[in-house]
Amino acid sequence: MACVFIVLLLPLLIVLSLIIKATPIFHVEDVSQLLFSSAWQPSAGKFGFLPFILSSLVVTAIGLVIMIPLSLLPAIYLTQYASPRVLGVMRSVIDILAGIPSVIHGVWGVLVIVPFISLYIGPLFGTDTSGYTVLAGGIILAIATLPFVLHMLLEVFRSIPIELKEATLSLGATYWETIKKVVLKKALPGIIAAFALGISKAFGETIAVLMVVGNVVQIPKGAFDAGYPLPALIANNYGEMMSIPMYDSALMFAALLLFVVVLLFNFISRVLIQRTTTY
Amino acid sequence: MKKRKVIEEQFFKYLLGFFTYSLILILFFIVYEIAKKGIPALSWEMITQVPKGGFYFGKEGGIYNAILGSLYLALGASLISIAVSLPVALFMNISLVRHEKILTSIRLVLDLLWGVPPIVYGAFAFSIMIIFGLKASLLAGILTIAFLIMPVMIRAMDEVFKNIPVGLFESTLSLGATRFEVAGIFFRQALPGVATAFLLGFAKGIGDTAAVLFTAGYTDYVPDRLGEPAATLPLAIFYQLSSPIEEVKARAYAAAVVLTLLILAISIVSRYLSSKVSKNTVS
Repeated sequence: MACVFIVLLLPLLIVLSLIIKATPIFHVEDVSQLLFSSAWQPSAGKFGFLPFILSSLVVTAIGLVIMIPLSLLPAIYLTQYASPRVLGVMRSVIDILAGIPSVIHGVWGVLVIVPFISLYIGPLFGTDTSGYTVLAGGIILAIATLPFVLHMLLEVFRSIPIELKEATLSLGATYWETIKKVVLKKALPGIIAAFALGISKAFGETIAVLMVVGNVVQIPKGAFDAGYPLPALIANNYGEMMSIPMYDSALMFAALLLFVVVLLFNFISRVLIQRTTTY
Repeated sequence: MKKRKVIEEQFFKYLLGFFTYSLILILFFIVYEIAKKGIPALSWEMITQVPKGGFYFGKEGGIYNAILGSLYLALGASLISIAVSLPVALFMNISLVRHEKILTSIRLVLDLLWGVPPIVYGAFAFSIMIIFGLKASLLAGILTIAFLIMPVMIRAMDEVFKNIPVGLFESTLSLGATRFEVAGIFFRQALPGVATAFLLGFAKGIGDTAAVLFTAGYTDYVPDRLGEPAATLPLAIFYQLSSPIEEVKARAYAAAVVLTLLILAISIVSRYLSSKVSKNTVS
């Protein structure tokens, strides 16, 4: 009983302690200033989070665009076409992918994605880039969040009543027509939920992104610009944050922001999924 | 008309299949690339010695401190976490089993907690440490990771307990057993599942970087007390990779191989255990 309360109190505890630690920053600057100013000079007491927030958004968006086909198409194949044996094997592959620590994703990104962007993709678009870009961050994010989203999509597609498919097939529709016109429509809330979960995972991913994204304080204007997402900001600066006034408070504000955004997306996702899978 | 349908069907079938099997390629690509870079740099010395003088300039030494630090950290955290999670999961499935609404909201909170990024746990733990004036240490790292993996463990065990047939629950009660004794039966019945949940948490704990970054610190020595800072494998990889010296970078790759092997080994063991779960199921 007591244990249950400890666990349930944990989110409250996290929010409270982050708010307490972040309060000093609110006395210096108001929230709109913090969120929408791009002046970042901690030593001068200027804390504008816009470059970090936008970097996070851009990296997450790129990650999402890459992740959607890579998760949705296999989920459809595995639940509609594949034999149970193939599904079993692929489940293992997905589980192993999910278990790979983010630092390994980061190492792989530095070894493969970053040089690939700087040597091939950059020149293809006529830009000279080091490879440490928001694009690299997005690709790594897609790989890192992929297994979780895929796992959830499998559950979503599995929850679709088989009778629906049987009825459609018996009317003479092909498999693909059934998928396109019935299964995807029925699963839509669940699919959105899975992607919302992916977004929240992507938003909080730290080390892997930090290693490939370049970490330059600027508003990224294209896929080949370096960025500096919020989690990277927190991870990179915890060492110095005690030496500059207000810096620790600002970083805790960043953590709070991250927490709220992630929780929001997670909540949307869970509510949507409960609606779809309970029939 | 009919032909177009058939072509469309075939096209999408192959497209979907292609994307599905590309997942295997991605997995192999990751493992292959890490292995190709890391295995040449791997040596017995690497995994049995602590860093010596000039280690970070490419001189002698190994990552024994990080390997052991990670194992201590993940083991400690998993033990603490399971000590809290097991009663919670049992309580949810024995005493709360009739209160559908409460159960649903507890599961929702746990799922939300699962989604909280490790870096936020790290920041949270760090803010607590500042309030109490504590320094980065093995103990702080263990506690942070324990909180991080708790929701995962509870939910994993919850899923296993949920699938225990009601008949077993009812017949145990009807024989006059107390709730506590029922918990014992549940535990025995779900033992492989509990072990899998433990390993799941352990793997998550050993691979996590962001949460220990603030809390466990880093050191060249193997910690022998809970109050000392501890090195961890992910951080060892992260720090060494950012070095400009080739030898040091090579060590980061080697450490990445060690970490990947550890994770794969845990994954194989837990796969074996969860195959046992299905064999034990009473129908």
